[in-house]
Amino acid sequence: MSLVAEKPSRPFAKFASRAFSVLCYLCMSLSISALIVLLWQVVQYGWEWLSWDFLTNFSSRFPQKAGIKAALVGSLYLVGMTALLSVPIGVGTAIYLEEYAPKSRWRTIVQLNIANLAGVPSIVYGILGLGLFVQAMHFGRGILAGAATLTLVILPIIILTSQEALRAVPSTIREASYALGATRWQTVWLQLLPAALPSMLTGIILALSRALGEAAPLVAIGAATYVRFTPEGIFDKFTALPLQIFHWTGDAKEDFHHIAAAGIIILLAVLITMNAIAVVLRSRLNKKIRW
Amino acid sequence: MPSFSVAPGNKQKRILEVVAPQTTARMPLSSAERSVVSRSADEIASSKKKVITRNLNFFYGNNQALHDVSLDMPEHCVTALIGPSGCGKSTFLRCLNRMNDMIEGTSVQGDILLDGTDIYRRGTDVVELRKRVGMVFQKSNPFPKSIYENVAYGPRVAGIRSRTVLDEIVEKCLRQAALWKEVENRLKDSALQLSGGQQQRLCIARALATNPDVLLMDEPASALDPKSTAAVEDLIFELKDRYTIVIVTHNMQQAARVSDQTAFFYEGHLVEVGATNELFTLPKEKQTEDYITGRFG
Repeated sequence: MSLVAEKPSRPFAKFASRAFSVLCYLCMSLSISALIVLLWQVVQYGWEWLSWDFLTNFSSRFPQKAGIKAALVGSLYLVGMTALLSVPIGVGTAIYLEEYAPKSRWRTIVQLNIANLAGVPSIVYGILGLGLFVQAMHFGRGILAGAATLTLVILPIIILTSQEALRAVPSTIREASYALGATRWQTVWLQLLPAALPSMLTGIILALSRALGEAAPLVAIGAATYVRFTPEGIFDKFTALPLQIFHWTGDAKEDFHHIAAAGIIILLAVLITMNAIAVVLRSRLNKKIRW
Repeated sequence: MPSFSVAPGNKQKRILEVVAPQTTARMPLSSAERSVVSRSADEIASSKKKVITRNLNFFYGNNQALHDVSLDMPEHCVTALIGPSGCGKSTFLRCLNRMNDMIEGTSVQGDILLDGTDIYRRGTDVVELRKRVGMVFQKSNPFPKSIYENVAYGPRVAGIRSRTVLDEIVEKCLRQAALWKEVENRLKDSALQLSGGQQQRLCIARALATNPDVLLMDEPASALDPKSTAAVEDLIFELKDRYTIVIVTHNMQQAARVSDQTAFFYEGHLVEVGATNELFTLPKEKQTEDYITGRFG
Protein backbone atom coordinates (compact mmCIF):
# COMPACT_ATOMS: atom_id res chain seq x y z
CA MET A 1 0.00 0.00 0.00
CA SER A 2 1.23 3.40 -0.87
CA LEU A 3 0.20 4.81 2.50
CA VAL A 4 2.71 2.76 4.38
CA ALA A 5 6.19 4.06 3.77
CA GLU A 6 8.89 1.58 2.99
CA LYS A 7 11.36 3.47 5.05
CA PRO A 8 10.33 5.75 7.97
CA SER A 9 10.86 9.40 7.10
CA ARG A 10 12.77 11.55 9.59
CA PRO A 11 13.61 8.65 11.89
CA PHE A 12 15.59 10.75 14.27
CA ALA A 13 12.75 13.21 14.94
CA LYS A 14 10.40 10.39 15.87
CA PHE A 15 12.99 8.79 18.08
CA ALA A 16 13.81 12.07 19.79
CA SER A 17 10.14 12.71 20.47
CA ARG A 18 9.65 9.29 22.01
CA ALA A 19 12.87 9.55 24.01
CA PHE A 20 11.85 12.94 25.38
CA SER A 21 8.50 11.77 26.66
CA VAL A 22 10.15 8.73 28.26
CA LEU A 23 12.66 11.04 29.92
CA CYS A 24 9.93 13.25 31.32
CA TYR A 25 8.11 10.23 32.62
CA LEU A 26 11.27 9.01 34.37
CA CYS A 27 11.79 12.39 36.01
CA MET A 28 8.25 12.40 37.29
CA SER A 29 8.58 8.87 38.60
CA LEU A 30 11.81 9.79 40.31
CA SER A 31 10.36 12.71 42.20
CA ILE A 32 7.23 10.85 43.19
CA SER A 33 9.15 7.78 44.28
CA ALA A 34 11.52 9.91 46.32
CA LEU A 35 8.51 11.37 48.10
CA ILE A 36 6.91 7.98 48.60
CA VAL A 37 10.12 6.42 49.90
CA LEU A 38 10.55 9.30 52.33
CA LEU A 39 7.03 9.03 53.62
CA TRP A 40 7.18 5.29 53.83
CA GLN A 41 10.37 5.35 55.84
CA VAL A 42 9.01 7.89 58.28
CA VAL A 43 5.71 6.15 58.73
CA GLN A 44 7.35 2.80 59.18
CA TYR A 45 9.79 4.17 61.69
CA GLY A 46 7.32 5.98 63.86
CA TRP A 47 3.93 4.36 63.36
CA GLU A 48 4.07 2.05 66.35
CA TRP A 49 4.95 4.86 68.67
CA LEU A 50 1.83 6.83 67.78
CA SER A 51 -0.80 6.61 70.44
CA TRP A 52 -3.31 8.74 72.23
CA ASP A 53 -0.82 9.05 75.09
CA PHE A 54 1.68 10.37 72.63
CA LEU A 55 -0.65 13.19 71.76
CA THR A 56 -1.58 14.07 75.30
CA ASN A 57 1.69 13.61 77.16
CA PHE A 58 4.34 16.15 77.64
CA SER A 59 7.94 15.54 76.78
CA SER A 60 9.88 13.33 79.14
CA ARG A 61 13.29 11.83 79.68
CA PHE A 62 11.78 8.45 79.00
CA PRO A 63 10.83 7.82 75.39
CA GLN A 64 7.93 5.61 76.38
CA LYS A 65 6.34 8.44 78.28
CA ALA A 66 7.29 11.24 75.92
CA GLY A 67 4.49 13.04 74.21
CA ILE A 68 3.98 15.87 71.77
CA LYS A 69 1.29 17.85 73.50
CA ALA A 70 3.37 20.90 74.32
CA ALA A 71 4.78 21.09 70.81
CA LEU A 72 1.45 20.55 69.09
CA VAL A 73 -0.37 23.14 71.12
CA GLY A 74 2.55 25.52 70.80
CA SER A 75 2.61 25.14 67.02
CA LEU A 76 -1.11 25.66 66.71
CA TYR A 77 -1.01 28.79 68.84
CA LEU A 78 1.98 29.99 66.89
CA VAL A 79 0.31 29.52 63.51
CA GLY A 80 -2.86 31.16 64.77
CA MET A 81 -1.08 34.23 66.03
CA THR A 82 1.09 34.44 62.93
CA ALA A 83 -2.04 34.39 60.82
CA LEU A 84 -3.62 37.17 62.87
CA LEU A 85 -0.53 39.33 62.43
CA SER A 86 0.52 38.56 58.87
CA VAL A 87 -2.78 38.39 56.99
CA PRO A 88 -4.07 41.93 57.62
CA ILE A 89 -0.66 43.49 57.10
CA GLY A 90 0.12 41.38 54.02
CA VAL A 91 -3.23 41.75 52.29
CA GLY A 92 -3.39 45.44 53.16
CA THR A 93 0.03 46.01 51.64
CA ALA A 94 -0.97 44.12 48.51
CA ILE A 95 -4.14 46.20 48.13
CA TYR A 96 -2.22 49.42 48.56
CA LEU A 97 0.48 48.48 46.05
CA GLU A 98 -1.97 47.24 43.45
CA GLU A 99 -4.83 49.70 43.72
CA TYR A 100 -3.69 52.87 45.41
CA ALA A 101 -0.02 53.48 44.87
CA PRO A 102 0.75 55.55 41.77
CA LYS A 103 3.20 54.04 39.31
CA SER A 104 6.38 55.71 40.42
CA ARG A 105 9.99 54.75 40.84
CA TRP A 106 9.43 54.46 44.56
CA ARG A 107 6.78 51.83 44.00
CA THR A 108 9.07 49.82 41.75
CA ILE A 109 11.78 49.89 44.39
CA VAL A 110 9.40 48.69 47.08
CA GLN A 111 8.14 45.95 44.79
CA LEU A 112 11.65 44.78 44.04
CA ASN A 113 12.59 44.76 47.69
CA ILE A 114 9.61 42.67 48.66
CA ALA A 115 10.46 40.12 45.99
CA ASN A 116 14.01 39.96 47.32
CA LEU A 117 12.87 39.59 50.89
CA ALA A 118 10.87 36.53 49.90
CA GLY A 119 14.12 34.77 49.13
CA VAL A 120 16.04 35.69 52.27
CA PRO A 121 16.87 32.63 54.42
CA SER A 122 14.62 32.40 57.42
CA ILE A 123 17.52 32.30 59.90
CA VAL A 124 18.17 35.93 59.02
CA TYR A 125 14.66 36.78 60.11
CA GLY A 126 15.35 34.79 63.26
CA ILE A 127 18.31 36.96 64.12
CA LEU A 128 16.27 40.09 63.33
CA GLY A 129 13.53 38.79 65.58
CA LEU A 130 16.00 38.19 68.36
CA GLY A 131 17.30 41.73 68.23
CA LEU A 132 14.02 43.49 67.61
CA PHE A 133 11.26 41.57 69.36
CA VAL A 134 13.04 39.63 72.08
CA GLN A 135 15.42 42.31 73.22
CA ALA A 136 14.51 45.77 71.95
CA MET A 137 10.78 45.42 72.41
CA HIS A 138 11.12 43.22 75.46
CA PHE A 139 8.77 40.49 74.32
CA GLY A 140 11.08 37.98 75.89
CA ARG A 141 11.28 34.49 74.46
CA GLY A 142 7.57 34.15 74.40
CA ILE A 143 5.07 33.06 71.83
CA LEU A 144 4.41 36.62 70.66
CA ALA A 145 8.05 37.02 69.70
CA GLY A 146 7.89 33.72 67.82
CA ALA A 147 4.73 34.73 65.98
CA ALA A 148 6.13 38.14 65.11
CA THR A 149 9.32 36.60 63.73
CA LEU A 150 7.40 34.08 61.65
CA THR A 151 5.22 36.94 60.40
CA LEU A 152 8.34 38.59 59.04
CA VAL A 153 9.29 35.34 57.34
CA ILE A 154 6.01 34.81 55.50
CA LEU A 155 4.95 38.43 54.92
CA PRO A 156 6.72 38.81 51.54
CA ILE A 157 5.09 35.60 50.30
CA ILE A 158 1.65 36.73 51.34
CA ILE A 159 2.14 40.14 49.75
CA LEU A 160 3.31 38.64 46.47
CA THR A 161 0.56 36.03 46.17
CA SER A 162 -2.14 38.52 47.18
CA GLN A 163 -0.88 40.95 44.57
CA GLU A 164 -1.03 38.23 41.94
CA ALA A 165 -4.56 37.38 42.99
CA LEU A 166 -5.65 41.03 42.69
CA ARG A 167 -3.96 41.40 39.34
CA ALA A 168 -5.80 38.37 38.04
CA VAL A 169 -9.16 40.07 38.50
CA PRO A 170 -10.04 41.43 35.03
CA SER A 171 -9.74 45.18 34.70
CA THR A 172 -13.18 45.27 33.09
CA ILE A 173 -14.63 44.63 36.54
CA ARG A 174 -12.83 47.68 37.89
CA GLU A 175 -14.00 49.82 34.97
CA ALA A 176 -17.59 48.73 35.35
CA SER A 177 -17.50 49.43 39.07
CA TYR A 178 -16.04 52.91 38.68
CA ALA A 179 -18.43 53.74 35.85
CA LEU A 180 -21.32 53.05 38.22
CA GLY A 181 -20.09 55.69 40.65
CA ALA A 182 -18.27 53.51 43.19
CA THR A 183 -15.33 54.89 45.13
CA ARG A 184 -11.99 53.14 45.02
CA TRP A 185 -12.51 51.58 48.43
CA GLN A 186 -15.98 50.32 47.49
CA THR A 187 -14.56 48.75 44.36
CA VAL A 188 -11.82 47.01 46.34
CA TRP A 189 -14.05 45.82 49.15
CA LEU A 190 -17.16 44.86 47.17
CA GLN A 191 -15.70 43.58 43.90
CA LEU A 192 -11.97 42.95 43.91
CA LEU A 193 -11.44 41.27 47.26
CA PRO A 194 -14.33 38.83 46.87
CA ALA A 195 -13.16 37.94 43.38
CA ALA A 196 -9.54 37.52 44.45
CA LEU A 197 -10.30 35.72 47.69
CA PRO A 198 -9.92 32.07 46.55
CA SER A 199 -6.43 32.62 45.15
CA MET A 200 -5.45 34.78 48.09
CA LEU A 201 -6.59 32.16 50.53
CA THR A 202 -4.57 29.46 48.82
CA GLY A 203 -1.50 31.67 49.00
CA ILE A 204 -2.11 32.50 52.65
CA ILE A 205 -2.55 28.89 53.70
CA LEU A 206 0.54 27.83 51.81
CA ALA A 207 2.47 30.58 53.56
CA LEU A 208 1.14 29.47 56.94
CA SER A 209 2.09 25.88 56.15
CA ARG A 210 5.60 27.12 55.63
CA ALA A 211 5.51 28.97 58.93
CA LEU A 212 4.42 25.77 60.63
CA GLY A 213 7.50 23.94 59.44
CA GLU A 214 10.09 26.61 60.20
CA ALA A 215 12.63 25.67 62.86
CA ALA A 216 15.55 28.01 62.23
CA PRO A 217 13.99 31.33 63.21
CA LEU A 218 12.54 29.80 66.35
CA VAL A 219 15.94 28.42 67.30
CA ALA A 220 17.44 31.86 66.75
CA ILE A 221 15.01 33.59 69.07
CA GLY A 222 15.72 30.96 71.62
CA ALA A 223 12.47 29.06 71.88
CA ALA A 224 12.66 26.29 74.41
CA THR A 225 13.03 22.68 73.41
CA TYR A 226 12.17 20.93 76.64
CA VAL A 227 8.85 22.27 77.73
CA ARG A 228 6.42 20.55 80.01
CA PHE A 229 3.51 22.97 79.84
CA THR A 230 1.27 24.59 77.28
CA PRO A 231 1.52 28.33 76.84
CA GLU A 232 -1.23 30.39 78.44
CA GLY A 233 -0.41 33.99 77.71
CA ILE A 234 1.25 35.67 74.78
CA PHE A 235 4.53 36.14 76.57
CA ASP A 236 4.79 32.56 77.77
CA LYS A 237 7.60 30.32 76.72
CA PHE A 238 6.68 27.76 74.15
CA THR A 239 7.94 25.07 71.82
CA ALA A 240 6.92 24.01 68.37
CA LEU A 241 6.69 20.78 66.41
CA PRO A 242 9.80 21.26 64.25
CA LEU A 243 11.84 22.17 67.31
CA GLN A 244 10.67 19.19 69.29
CA ILE A 245 11.37 16.84 66.40
CA PHE A 246 14.80 18.35 65.97
CA HIS A 247 15.54 17.96 69.64
CA TRP A 248 14.48 14.33 69.72
CA THR A 249 16.43 13.47 66.60
CA GLY A 250 19.56 14.74 68.28
CA ASP A 251 19.13 12.54 71.34
CA ALA A 252 21.43 9.58 71.92
CA LYS A 253 18.73 7.06 72.68
CA GLU A 254 17.43 5.43 69.54
CA ASP A 255 13.91 5.23 70.86
CA PHE A 256 13.78 8.98 70.70
CA HIS A 257 14.41 8.76 66.98
CA HIS A 258 11.27 6.68 66.69
CA ILE A 259 9.43 9.28 68.70
CA ALA A 260 10.77 11.93 66.36
CA ALA A 261 9.39 10.00 63.40
CA ALA A 262 6.02 9.86 65.13
CA GLY A 263 6.25 13.61 65.60
CA ILE A 264 6.93 14.02 61.90
CA ILE A 265 3.79 12.05 61.13
CA ILE A 266 1.80 14.40 63.32
CA LEU A 267 3.37 17.42 61.64
CA LEU A 268 2.51 16.05 58.21
CA ALA A 269 -1.03 15.36 59.35
CA VAL A 270 -1.43 18.98 60.45
CA LEU A 271 -0.03 20.23 57.15
CA ILE A 272 -2.35 17.99 55.13
CA THR A 273 -5.30 19.16 57.18
CA MET A 274 -4.42 22.79 56.53
CA ASN A 275 -4.14 22.19 52.83
CA ALA A 276 -7.39 20.27 52.80
CA ILE A 277 -9.09 23.21 54.48
CA ALA A 278 -7.60 25.44 51.79
CA VAL A 279 -9.01 23.24 49.04
CA VAL A 280 -12.47 23.09 50.60
CA LEU A 281 -12.61 26.81 51.33
CA ARG A 282 -11.41 27.61 47.85
CA SER A 283 -14.00 25.49 46.09
CA ARG A 284 -16.76 26.93 48.27
CA LEU A 285 -15.68 30.49 47.58
CA ASN A 286 -15.34 29.76 43.88
CA LYS A 287 -18.93 28.60 43.85
CA LYS A 288 -19.99 31.85 45.48
CA ILE A 289 -18.13 33.88 42.92
CA ARG A 290 -19.80 32.09 40.03
CA TRP A 291 -17.08 32.56 37.46
CA MET B 1 -19.16 70.33 -6.59
CA PRO B 2 -19.37 67.47 -9.08
CA SER B 3 -20.97 65.00 -6.68
CA PHE B 4 -24.06 67.20 -6.44
CA SER B 5 -24.71 67.43 -10.15
CA VAL B 6 -27.13 64.51 -9.91
CA ALA B 7 -30.72 65.52 -9.16
CA PRO B 8 -30.96 65.86 -5.37
CA GLY B 9 -34.04 63.69 -5.08
CA ASN B 10 -32.42 60.63 -6.65
CA LYS B 11 -29.18 61.07 -4.77
CA GLN B 12 -30.98 61.35 -1.47
CA LYS B 13 -32.85 58.16 -2.10
CA ARG B 14 -29.71 56.39 -3.20
CA ILE B 15 -27.65 57.29 -0.14
CA LEU B 16 -30.52 56.56 2.20
CA GLU B 17 -30.93 53.12 0.67
CA VAL B 18 -27.23 52.35 0.88
CA VAL B 19 -27.07 53.37 4.48
CA ALA B 20 -30.48 52.25 5.76
CA PRO B 21 -31.93 49.65 3.45
CA GLN B 22 -35.65 48.92 3.69
CA THR B 23 -36.23 45.92 5.84
CA THR B 24 -39.45 44.07 6.41
CA ALA B 25 -41.16 45.22 9.55
CA ARG B 26 -39.97 42.80 12.21
CA MET B 27 -40.63 45.04 15.15
CA PRO B 28 -42.93 47.92 15.94
CA LEU B 29 -41.08 50.34 13.72
CA SER B 30 -39.03 49.33 10.71
CA SER B 31 -35.75 51.07 10.18
CA ALA B 32 -37.16 53.22 7.43
CA GLU B 33 -40.08 54.34 9.54
CA ARG B 34 -37.84 54.99 12.49
CA SER B 35 -35.57 57.24 10.53
CA VAL B 36 -38.62 59.30 9.78
CA VAL B 37 -39.71 59.36 13.41
CA SER B 38 -36.28 60.46 14.62
CA ARG B 39 -36.15 64.07 15.54
CA SER B 40 -35.87 66.73 12.88
CA ALA B 41 -33.18 69.35 12.72
CA ASP B 42 -35.55 72.00 14.07
CA GLU B 43 -36.47 69.89 17.04
CA ILE B 44 -32.82 69.28 17.77
CA ALA B 45 -31.95 72.93 17.47
CA SER B 46 -34.67 73.94 19.88
CA SER B 47 -34.00 71.23 22.50
CA LYS B 48 -32.19 72.06 25.66
CA LYS B 49 -28.55 71.00 25.41
CA LYS B 50 -27.74 68.43 28.02
CA VAL B 51 -24.03 67.98 27.41
CA ILE B 52 -21.91 70.58 25.67
CA THR B 53 -18.25 70.34 24.78
CA ARG B 54 -16.35 73.44 23.76
CA ASN B 55 -12.91 73.35 22.17
CA LEU B 56 -12.08 70.03 23.74
CA ASN B 57 -8.49 68.91 23.30
CA PHE B 58 -7.38 65.60 24.72
CA PHE B 59 -3.84 64.23 25.05
CA TYR B 60 -2.49 60.78 25.77
CA GLY B 61 0.82 61.99 27.12
CA ASN B 62 2.26 63.98 24.20
CA ASN B 63 -0.03 62.45 21.64
CA GLN B 64 -3.06 64.59 20.83
CA ALA B 65 -6.14 62.44 20.35
CA LEU B 66 -8.85 65.10 20.09
CA HIS B 67 -8.50 68.46 18.36
CA ASP B 68 -10.81 71.30 19.27
CA VAL B 69 -14.03 69.31 19.45
CA SER B 70 -17.16 71.37 20.07
CA LEU B 71 -20.30 69.30 20.12
CA ASP B 72 -23.74 69.79 21.68
CA MET B 73 -25.73 66.79 22.75
CA PRO B 74 -29.39 67.72 23.18
CA GLU B 75 -31.65 66.31 25.85
CA HIS B 76 -33.77 63.25 25.10
CA CYS B 77 -31.97 62.71 21.84
CA VAL B 78 -29.73 59.94 20.62
CA THR B 79 -26.43 61.34 19.34
CA ALA B 80 -24.40 58.87 17.31
CA LEU B 81 -20.63 59.27 16.93
CA ILE B 82 -19.36 57.67 13.77
CA GLY B 83 -15.98 57.50 12.12
CA PRO B 84 -13.23 55.08 11.16
CA SER B 85 -11.21 53.17 13.75
CA GLY B 86 -8.89 55.27 15.82
CA CYS B 87 -10.58 58.58 15.12
CA GLY B 88 -11.20 59.39 18.78
CA LYS B 89 -14.88 58.57 19.20
CA SER B 90 -14.37 56.31 22.21
CA THR B 91 -11.85 58.72 23.70
CA PHE B 92 -14.41 61.49 23.39
CA LEU B 93 -17.09 59.34 24.97
CA ARG B 94 -14.91 58.46 27.90
CA CYS B 95 -14.19 62.12 28.54
CA LEU B 96 -17.84 62.73 29.19
CA ASN B 97 -17.84 60.71 32.39
CA ARG B 98 -14.18 61.26 33.16
CA MET B 99 -13.28 57.60 32.77
CA ASN B 100 -10.09 58.74 31.06
CA ASP B 101 -8.91 59.98 34.44
CA MET B 102 -8.10 56.39 35.25
CA ILE B 103 -5.45 56.25 32.52
CA GLU B 104 -2.06 57.61 33.48
CA GLY B 105 -0.63 60.58 31.68
CA THR B 106 -3.78 61.93 30.08
CA SER B 107 -4.66 65.61 30.03
CA VAL B 108 -7.68 67.58 28.98
CA GLN B 109 -8.08 71.13 27.71
CA GLY B 110 -11.35 72.85 27.01
CA ASP B 111 -14.75 72.61 28.63
CA ILE B 112 -17.29 69.89 29.03
CA LEU B 113 -20.55 71.15 30.50
CA LEU B 114 -23.22 68.94 31.95
CA ASP B 115 -26.37 71.01 32.47
CA GLY B 116 -24.20 74.08 32.31
CA THR B 117 -21.61 73.01 34.90
CA ASP B 118 -18.04 72.22 33.90
CA ILE B 119 -17.28 68.65 34.91
CA TYR B 120 -13.53 69.22 34.90
CA ARG B 121 -13.76 72.09 37.33
CA ARG B 122 -11.63 71.59 40.41
CA GLY B 123 -13.63 70.11 43.24
CA THR B 124 -16.06 68.19 41.04
CA ASP B 125 -17.24 65.02 42.71
CA VAL B 126 -16.34 62.45 40.09
CA VAL B 127 -18.26 59.73 41.89
CA GLU B 128 -21.46 61.79 41.67
CA LEU B 129 -20.75 62.59 38.03
CA ARG B 130 -20.51 58.94 37.16
CA LYS B 131 -23.85 58.30 38.82
CA ARG B 132 -25.44 60.91 36.58
CA VAL B 133 -23.60 59.85 33.44
CA GLY B 134 -23.78 56.08 33.05
CA MET B 135 -21.76 53.98 30.67
CA VAL B 136 -22.25 50.72 28.80
CA PHE B 137 -19.11 49.14 27.42
CA GLN B 138 -18.41 47.42 24.15
CA LYS B 139 -17.83 43.99 25.59
CA SER B 140 -20.44 43.23 28.20
CA ASN B 141 -18.80 43.02 31.60
CA PRO B 142 -21.25 41.83 34.23
CA PHE B 143 -19.85 41.29 37.68
CA PRO B 144 -19.28 37.66 38.70
CA LYS B 145 -22.31 37.84 40.96
CA SER B 146 -26.02 37.15 40.68
CA ILE B 147 -28.26 39.04 38.26
CA TYR B 148 -29.90 40.82 41.18
CA GLU B 149 -26.58 41.85 42.69
CA ASN B 150 -25.37 43.19 39.36
CA VAL B 151 -28.27 45.56 38.95
CA ALA B 152 -28.39 46.45 42.65
CA TYR B 153 -24.69 47.37 42.76
CA GLY B 154 -25.12 50.96 41.59
CA PRO B 155 -27.80 51.85 44.16
CA ARG B 156 -25.92 49.96 46.85
CA VAL B 157 -22.75 51.93 46.46
CA ALA B 158 -24.86 55.07 46.42
CA GLY B 159 -25.99 54.16 49.91
CA ILE B 160 -29.38 52.54 49.46
CA ARG B 161 -29.76 49.74 51.97
CA SER B 162 -33.46 49.00 52.12
CA ARG B 163 -34.26 45.66 50.59
CA THR B 164 -37.67 46.74 49.30
CA VAL B 165 -36.27 49.80 47.59
CA LEU B 166 -33.55 47.73 45.95
CA ASP B 167 -36.08 45.14 44.80
CA GLU B 168 -38.14 47.88 43.20
CA ILE B 169 -35.16 49.40 41.45
CA VAL B 170 -33.96 46.04 40.15
CA GLU B 171 -37.37 45.20 38.72
CA LYS B 172 -37.84 48.63 37.19
CA CYS B 173 -34.46 48.61 35.48
CA LEU B 174 -34.74 45.07 34.22
CA ARG B 175 -38.14 45.95 32.75
CA GLN B 176 -36.71 49.05 31.11
CA ALA B 177 -33.94 46.94 29.65
CA ALA B 178 -36.49 44.44 28.30
CA LEU B 179 -34.89 41.65 30.31
CA TRP B 180 -37.34 41.19 33.17
CA LYS B 181 -39.54 38.57 31.53
CA GLU B 182 -36.53 36.40 30.82
CA VAL B 183 -34.97 36.51 34.27
CA GLU B 184 -37.68 37.28 36.80
CA ASN B 185 -37.62 33.72 38.12
CA ARG B 186 -33.89 33.40 38.38
CA LEU B 187 -32.58 36.63 39.79
CA LYS B 188 -30.23 34.72 42.07
CA ASP B 189 -28.54 32.91 39.22
CA SER B 190 -25.10 33.94 38.09
CA ALA B 191 -25.07 36.75 35.57
CA LEU B 192 -22.44 34.92 33.57
CA GLN B 193 -24.90 32.19 32.65
CA LEU B 194 -26.82 34.60 30.44
CA SER B 195 -26.27 34.75 26.70
CA GLY B 196 -24.22 37.57 25.16
CA GLY B 197 -27.24 39.65 24.22
CA GLN B 198 -28.82 39.16 27.62
CA GLN B 199 -25.58 40.11 29.35
CA GLN B 200 -25.40 43.34 27.42
CA ARG B 201 -28.99 44.16 28.29
CA LEU B 202 -28.10 43.37 31.91
CA CYS B 203 -25.27 45.88 31.67
CA ILE B 204 -27.72 48.43 30.34
CA ALA B 205 -30.11 47.69 33.22
CA ARG B 206 -27.18 48.03 35.61
CA ALA B 207 -26.28 51.42 34.18
CA LEU B 208 -29.90 52.56 34.47
CA ALA B 209 -30.09 51.60 38.12
CA THR B 210 -28.26 54.72 39.27
CA ASN B 211 -30.96 56.79 37.57
CA PRO B 212 -28.56 58.65 35.31
CA ASP B 213 -29.45 61.61 33.13
CA VAL B 214 -27.11 60.63 30.35
CA LEU B 215 -26.30 57.17 29.01
CA LEU B 216 -23.02 56.65 27.16
CA MET B 217 -22.79 53.56 24.99
CA ASP B 218 -19.55 52.44 23.42
CA GLU B 219 -20.45 50.20 20.48
CA PRO B 220 -22.98 48.32 22.61
CA ALA B 221 -24.05 45.87 19.93
CA SER B 222 -20.75 45.21 18.19
CA ALA B 223 -20.21 41.87 19.88
CA LEU B 224 -23.79 40.69 19.43
CA ASP B 225 -25.68 38.60 16.89
CA PRO B 226 -28.26 40.36 14.69
CA LYS B 227 -31.27 39.41 16.81
CA SER B 228 -29.71 40.74 19.99
CA THR B 229 -28.51 43.80 18.12
CA ALA B 230 -32.09 44.51 17.06
CA ALA B 231 -33.25 44.10 20.65
CA VAL B 232 -30.63 46.55 21.90
CA GLU B 233 -31.50 49.06 19.19
CA ASP B 234 -35.18 48.86 20.07
CA LEU B 235 -34.18 49.45 23.64
CA ILE B 236 -32.23 52.58 22.77
CA PHE B 237 -35.17 53.89 20.84
CA GLU B 238 -37.47 53.43 23.81
CA LEU B 239 -35.02 54.82 26.35
CA LYS B 240 -34.45 58.12 24.64
CA ASP B 241 -37.68 59.55 25.97
CA ARG B 242 -36.28 59.38 29.45
CA TYR B 243 -32.52 59.68 28.98
CA THR B 244 -30.04 61.47 26.80
CA ILE B 245 -28.03 58.90 24.89
CA VAL B 246 -24.67 59.16 23.20
CA ILE B 247 -23.70 56.09 21.23
CA VAL B 248 -20.46 55.28 19.47
CA THR B 249 -20.87 52.97 16.57
CA HIS B 250 -18.83 51.53 13.76
CA ASN B 251 -21.92 50.51 11.95
CA MET B 252 -23.36 53.34 9.89
CA GLN B 253 -26.60 51.60 9.25
CA GLN B 254 -27.04 51.34 12.98
CA ALA B 255 -26.36 55.04 13.37
CA ALA B 256 -28.95 55.81 10.74
CA ARG B 257 -31.50 53.50 12.34
CA VAL B 258 -31.14 54.62 15.88
CA SER B 259 -29.96 58.20 16.20
CA ASP B 260 -31.44 61.66 15.97
CA GLN B 261 -28.16 63.49 15.53
CA THR B 262 -24.94 62.15 14.10
CA ALA B 263 -21.41 63.44 14.51
CA PHE B 264 -18.66 62.32 12.15
CA PHE B 265 -15.17 62.15 13.59
CA TYR B 266 -11.98 61.76 11.63
CA GLU B 267 -8.49 61.59 13.12
CA GLY B 268 -9.49 63.40 16.28
CA HIS B 269 -11.38 66.19 14.51
CA LEU B 270 -15.11 66.65 14.49
CA VAL B 271 -15.72 66.93 10.78
CA GLU B 272 -19.47 67.39 10.69
CA VAL B 273 -22.49 67.12 12.92
CA GLY B 274 -26.13 67.29 11.97
CA ALA B 275 -29.55 65.73 12.16
CA THR B 276 -29.27 62.11 11.07
CA ASN B 277 -31.75 62.40 8.22
CA GLU B 278 -29.85 65.33 6.80
CA LEU B 279 -26.33 64.06 7.40
CA PHE B 280 -26.93 60.79 5.65
CA THR B 281 -28.74 62.27 2.68
CA LEU B 282 -27.07 65.62 2.19
CA PRO B 283 -23.76 65.73 3.99
CA LYS B 284 -22.10 69.10 3.90
CA GLU B 285 -18.50 67.92 3.91
CA LYS B 286 -16.98 65.80 1.18
CA GLN B 287 -15.15 63.69 3.75
CA THR B 288 -18.43 62.80 5.39
CA GLU B 289 -19.95 61.82 2.10
CA ASP B 290 -16.92 59.70 1.24
CA TYR B 291 -17.12 57.91 4.54
CA ILE B 292 -20.80 57.13 4.49
CA THR B 293 -20.75 55.95 0.93
CA GLY B 294 -17.96 53.61 1.84
CA ARG B 295 -15.14 55.17 -0.15
CA PHE B 296 -12.91 54.77 2.87
CA GLY B 297 -13.14 53.61 6.44
